[in-house]
Amino acid sequence: MSRATLIGTRLRERRLQAGLRQGDVSRAAGISPSYLNLIEHNRRNVTPDVLERLAGALGLPPGDFTEAEPGALVADLRAAAAGFPGSGAETDRAAELAGRYPGWAQLIADLQAHIAGLRQGMAALNDRLGHDPHLSAALHELLSALSAVRATAGILVETEDLTPDWQRRFHQNLHHDSERLVGGAEALISWLDHSGDEAESAAVTPQDELETWAAALNWSLPEDEEVALARLKSAGAKDLARAWIAAMRADLAAMPEAEFSTAWAESGDPALLAARFGVPVQAVMRRVALRPDVAAGLVRCDASGTLLFRKPVAGFALPRYGAACPLWPLFTALMRSGQPVTARVAMPQPGGGRFLCLAFCEARLPWGFGGPELREATMLILPDDTRRVTPDLAASGMTPPDLAAGSTCRLCPREACPARREPSILSEPAQQGALAPSVGSGRRQITF
Amino acid sequence: MVTQDNRRVLLVEDEPNIAEAIQFILSRAGWEVIHHGEGRDAPALARELRPALVILDHMLPGLSGLEVLEALRADPLTAPVPVLMLTAKGLPRDREAAERAGATRFMTKPFSNAGIVAEVRSLTGLDPAQPAAVAQDRAADSAG
Repeated sequence: MSRATLIGTRLRERRLQAGLRQGDVSRAAGISPSYLNLIEHNRRNVTPDVLERLAGALGLPPGDFTEAEPGALVADLRAAAAGFPGSGAETDRAAELAGRYPGWAQLIADLQAHIAGLRQGMAALNDRLGHDPHLSAALHELLSALSAVRATAGILVETEDLTPDWQRRFHQNLHHDSERLVGGAEALISWLDHSGDEAESAAVTPQDELETWAAALNWSLPEDEEVALARLKSAGAKDLARAWIAAMRADLAAMPEAEFSTAWAESGDPALLAARFGVPVQAVMRRVALRPDVAAGLVRCDASGTLLFRKPVAGFALPRYGAACPLWPLFTALMRSGQPVTARVAMPQPGGGRFLCLAFCEARLPWGFGGPELREATMLILPDDTRRVTPDLAASGMTPPDLAAGSTCRLCPREACPARREPSILSEPAQQGALAPSVGSGRRQITF
Repeated sequence: MVTQDNRRVLLVEDEPNIAEAIQFILSRAGWEVIHHGEGRDAPALARELRPALVILDHMLPGLSGLEVLEALRADPLTAPVPVLMLTAKGLPRDREAAERAGATRFMTKPFSNAGIVAEVRSLTGLDPAQPAAVAQDRAADSAG
């Protein structure tokens, strides 16, 4: 397997991840679309110069494509091995496996992702059986009626000198409870029938479903909404999608494409554009990221830190399950409602890129002065090229601080990070050997 | 104080047919059963009646069985009274919570009539029944 093969495949992969078209990338890199197509299908070697331009068009460092190991895939392989510690997988040779058998390596990574999805689905079903109020109520009703039937029938059979009055009384009770049993059984059966409809989609959350769906639409409004909505399986995802479409429509109406594109290219400052278009800052951030063929990521969270929406961008891994890196500017903004937070974020190698992150949090008072405040924060993740994307920010003379962050602790190799809350499943081969920090100095004790 | 001749059992159960059956069975076995159908006034009633035993359903309107149990245990007058908890759900977490709150014993619904009589005898340590009634119960035990 030659290196060129890997580069072509990786270029294609990253372009698709970023939601970009061959035409746009080739134009930005100054090569023809057909040449890019040949490169992507590993039919042409890439010169360092062309690679640099292509990487630039994708907003990624060229090193991402020339490294000996395709970072994300190797990380996935190590994660898969960590899930089965007894398997004897040679984790130190994960890079070799990914390099020599990329197809098989991808299969292992996909199977691992599939298993994780199934586990989540199983946990969701388990949770549902344990906490579903309808199931619980139906079972309680059945058990209560059954208890009464058993006790009453016992009395009728075991009491020899039962007076006719008592007999009649208990017979009536039996009749009444048998009716309750029928009702309870019907309720249970209808619950089981109904739950079969949703069993298939229980494996993913509505949020996952929405994000996959929106990515397939290239993060733009569908031409035929009803047809697009029909592709979603769960009712929850349909509700989310309707809300998403409504927000996109409102954003488009307030910030029409032609006017907005020009304004964004000239300014690149969400706060200034919010004032200009008369919309909330977070709406501008959404408008920036949710345009077709734009290499920009977006995450939104509520006051609990729960991620409500994720649009991924290559090189900035967003956690699928579990909590994100606490160092993200998103969470800094969450703590300082109304104050913009900016940082140049470096995601860990291998696979991570450098990004300019802009975050902002707005508070709402849906209960008025008397009630609790609700917060939502949004972070825009832009490829790190401020001169191009944020002229106004550059002109302001403000220099965003550098920040070494990650995706989520479990998948982050920054072992000595003071913000770490759980051990990583990734080993850091580069740090082993002569350069390894002595235990106790570099590693942080995880505290509770 | 609970005395040796205290034959009073307070039954707190909101299902009328279950309550009626338990009341019938225990009355025939020699106990004086007072039935109460909700949770809120149950602790005050227990304080007033001073029963030899409280039979308490887990799911009650007003106050839950668990809350009634906590109230009984918090009051020095009712704290020593044994409590037999009826649970419809065999869920371990309900049981653990009731154990922590001080339930003396559990019966899982649906229970057998002989079983509940045996539990009440064992918990109160007395058998107020006439010899004939006891014989009849034992016969029912072996038949069931």
